[in-house]
Amino acid sequence: MSAPVSLEVQDLTKHFPVRGGLLQRQRGVVRAVDGVSFSIARGETLGLVGESGCGKTTVSRMVVKLIEPTAGRIRLGGVDVTGLSPAAMWEHRRRVQIVFQDPYSSLNPRLTAGTIVGEPLENFRLATGREKDRRVADLFTRVGLRPESMHRYAHEFSGGQRQRLGIAKALSVNPDLIVADEPVSALDVSVRAQVLNLMIALQEELKLAYLFVSHDLAVVHHVSHRIAVMYLGRIVELADKRALFESPLHPYTEALLAAAPVPDPARRRKKRLILEGDVPSPMRPPSGCRFHTRCPHADAACRVKDPPLLEVAPGRYVACLKRPAGGGGAPAPGLLQGAP
Amino acid sequence: MTPLLEVRDLRTHFFTSDGVVRAVDGVSFALSPGETLGLVGESGCGKSVTALSILRLIAPETGRIVGGSIRFGGRDLTALSSEEMRELRGHRIAMIFQEPMTGLNPVLNIGTQIAESVVRHLKLPWRAARDRAREMLELVRIADPKQRLNEYPHQLSGGMRQRVMIAIALCCNPQVLIADEPTTALDVTIQAQILDLMLELKEKLGTAIVLITHDLGVVAETCERVVVMYAGRVVEQAPAAALFARPRHPYTRGLLQALPRADAGSSEQPATRPQLTEIPGMVPALTQPIPGCAFVPRCGFAAQRCAQSPPELEEAESSHLVSCWEAARVVADAV
Repeated sequence: MSAPVSLEVQDLTKHFPVRGGLLQRQRGVVRAVDGVSFSIARGETLGLVGESGCGKTTVSRMVVKLIEPTAGRIRLGGVDVTGLSPAAMWEHRRRVQIVFQDPYSSLNPRLTAGTIVGEPLENFRLATGREKDRRVADLFTRVGLRPESMHRYAHEFSGGQRQRLGIAKALSVNPDLIVADEPVSALDVSVRAQVLNLMIALQEELKLAYLFVSHDLAVVHHVSHRIAVMYLGRIVELADKRALFESPLHPYTEALLAAAPVPDPARRRKKRLILEGDVPSPMRPPSGCRFHTRCPHADAACRVKDPPLLEVAPGRYVACLKRPAGGGGAPAPGLLQGAP
Repeated sequence: MTPLLEVRDLRTHFFTSDGVVRAVDGVSFALSPGETLGLVGESGCGKSVTALSILRLIAPETGRIVGGSIRFGGRDLTALSSEEMRELRGHRIAMIFQEPMTGLNPVLNIGTQIAESVVRHLKLPWRAARDRAREMLELVRIADPKQRLNEYPHQLSGGMRQRVMIAIALCCNPQVLIADEPTTALDVTIQAQILDLMLELKEKLGTAIVLITHDLGVVAETCERVVVMYAGRVVEQAPAAALFARPRHPYTRGLLQALPRADAGSSEQPATRPQLTEIPGMVPALTQPIPGCAFVPRCGFAAQRCAQSPPELEEAESSHLVSCWEAARVVADAV
């Protein structure tokens, strides 16, 4: 509870207008993210999991202000940066950096690796000339690349090395928070382990906060301290990773865990909970609880009442009518702190 | 049991401006009737090229099968004419691809895409083939099959498209189904649905499955036997239980140790994030001939002879084959 808060988002919402027809009138909205709140402490990793279209990438884009939220607040290190103009944002932008999924398309093919990694240093006027080169060489060493490879181009690096470049670039400006959007999903198992180990080591050394977005439960379990599960634009459960994996409270979390394949043939073919059907369209989310159309426990009330995210035990939040809290439960405040 | 499909010393090479890429370089395995065999390995290990070679789908302008044999139904597939292959493909041996969007024709409705294969191979008239298509949609549990027949791929979700792909693959009762990363593009809850469906249909129809995947979790949950590939070669082959319990090749071992495990005993050590075991380095370029074992530069057990001559795939214990000079040391190390 004592670690300072690195990121805090409150009721974050993003609705994308859908236009169509002859006059490009607005025909509806995609409720990509609909009232999401969480916080991340210094040195902590919050894992954000969910299936395609649940809004996890939109959340990460809003946190780094690549897109503006429709509503809600974003605080970086205590400073409210919601709605800041790009110019006003400039001095805060250094605090938060992003690492993308695809190490093939996120690096400029016309620049050398050294230029790519050093660019933020120039942009933020942190270093130029020889000093910049020295810092870039340091960054290369730090992420496990040879400084001599500074003069090579992105295509000369393997996938894992490119992801290391992405990490070096993010680190260059000494951020407090790194948003990592599926950073290892494009990598093979053997290389994935290298990158995950690197990210954890850097976090421990530099006390970085991570917002780690992934669809891969095993990976999220490995890197995270706390985990938030999203479904159709909402957080349905947020808890310490051990609590979440050992006793999931939300039926969707339970289904996700049951569906994730485990590399152990001895555990195979237990009768598992398999969800029927597909995720509904975020343009027309179901009434009441958004999960009721696929939920094995849903009843009439679930079709009508939208369950709020409630704190059912210290640090454990769940949004489900079927899981009443002992003593009613307190509504989730914006600030959900957990000790890393 | 006589194998249904037997691949022996298969070599498929590609001829590029960078030189000859030995994508598949001496791969052997056999598939028994009704069996589920996993073909695993990381990108570029040759698992997909092996599948495409079996179906003779390697584009002749870029690559070709340069050696080995593929025995199926008393014939060597590498020697068949393209007309003979066309009779077999989609009929006796069918394939499901990874990307359910590009695997389907966007301008034909679902019913037509299933029925065209039935008309061609089972020689049914169109009306009967449409009925067969509807039955297939029911079989893969698509709701409202009659109406879906007239829909187009873009109207279906990813999971439904993959169900349609399965319906097309199985509509002529193939003996072998080759599924290349069939669930990689899907979300986990949908993946669970599709894998369950494939296994259920396998039981029902007796189709043997070659499941190609990079996901060891998927292999553990679905396959009876596993072939592990590295750099175009088979490094280990074993029943799934034995492979996961006692991997004998350093590469297989490395892969299993490199996996983050959500099921590992987290209760004892709640807050720790144990370091994952890395496999240092990366896969070798396949444009250079590799005289010894291809894993040498990344292997902790490598000795002198490993770099000099390639190890044979040998039986280490009953039906557990491994291709490693130092296999005995690897096993001793695990104890």
